[in-house]
Amino acid sequence: MEEQNPESLAGAESHGAEAGHGGAEAAHGGHSPLSVFEIERVIPMHIGGIDVSITNSAIYMIIAVLAITLFLTVGMRGRALVPGRWQSMAELSYEFIAKMVRDNAGSEGRKYFPFIFTLFMFILFANLIGMIPFSFTVTSHIIVTFALAAVVFLGVTAIGFIRHGASFLKLFVPSGVPIFLLPLMVVIELLSYLTRPVSLSLRLFANMMAGHTMLEVFGGFVIALGILGGWAPLAFIVALTGLEVGIAMLQAYVFTILTCIYLNDALHPHH
Amino acid sequence: MPQLNPEFFAPQLVWLAITFTILYFLMARIVLPRISGVLENREQRIQSDLEKAEKLKAEADEVLAAYNKAQADARAQAQAELQKAAAAIAAEAAKREEAFAATLAERGAEAEQRIAATKTAAMAELRTIATDVAGAVMTKLTDTKVPPAQIEAAVDSAIGARS
Repeated sequence: MEEQNPESLAGAESHGAEAGHGGAEAAHGGHSPLSVFEIERVIPMHIGGIDVSITNSAIYMIIAVLAITLFLTVGMRGRALVPGRWQSMAELSYEFIAKMVRDNAGSEGRKYFPFIFTLFMFILFANLIGMIPFSFTVTSHIIVTFALAAVVFLGVTAIGFIRHGASFLKLFVPSGVPIFLLPLMVVIELLSYLTRPVSLSLRLFANMMAGHTMLEVFGGFVIALGILGGWAPLAFIVALTGLEVGIAMLQAYVFTILTCIYLNDALHPHH
Repeated sequence: MPQLNPEFFAPQLVWLAITFTILYFLMARIVLPRISGVLENREQRIQSDLEKAEKLKAEADEVLAAYNKAQADARAQAQAELQKAAAAIAAEAAKREEAFAATLAERGAEAEQRIAATKTAAMAELRTIATDVAGAVMTKLTDTKVPPAQIEAAVDSAIGARS
């Protein structure tokens, strides 16, 4: 995916030009509250028939990666024995996720700690960067959250089968259930297992989208009511922004802890 | 809803994959080992400091015990010295008292002897004087010369009757 050599870049440039215009027009089309979720192609690119244009979403993903890396490397630059403020924050993030993995997935979950840490930091920073006015929220797109949830779901399922083979299927057979109820229970367990990626991705997506839509709607009210009446929705926006920052952190936490719990199911299916 | 526009699924997925993979490798290879290194280093440092503190405390305890022992020894020694001195003083006092008592007794006996001697001498003197006086009185009053032996016998009987 990272084969962006110069000639393919040049080839993609002309190919994606028209599509880029289309996206830009759509973005400037209306003033609907949903226009914050509009995606624009900043640098249109096509490689092998796949649209790999750098969109505003991609830019904010890159910003998130840079921000996380800066936060964690600049903070840890001193490697001080007694941490300063930034180092404390970096260490706190590390220990927070390490504890979460240890508590929920046990010591075998340690192997997957880097992935879970990356997942948490990515979602957290995407959510928080999205709270900056005029920025874009990567996680307000269902395709992004669904991709993350699908990676978690497929990964966890693969880990379960690799570690336990066919006996991983016992996860769907709850113990201590009367035999005539068993078929029903297996179906229910299977369904609940299969809906995990959907609920996981929808929860994050819906929370992000709802919050930003609310902010947009009330922002519209501020303009509509003008200098006399606009104060009330403005005050509401201020309060809502605080709430949204909380939700941004909470949803990152929820996504991560559910990942840990699913991982635990894969590591210890008999419980 | 812009989120459901499939036109932008591909670029988002591609860039999500790129950025997430890069972030994963940055975290797994550089950032997390560094943080865990610092945390482990701190853990070790704290552990070694604790051990050092433990050792120093043990040492201090040892020194304190030695000091206490030295103090107790010194006290015991002083006590012994004191007792010895007291015993010596008591012995000396007893010896002196004894010597004094002996001297006293000696002097007393000597004095008594002297008194007895003096008394005897006085008594003998008294007899001579009494005999002389009795002879002189007899001569003066009766004008008779009583033989000294007779007077002496009378004086002796008189002294014998009185004493």
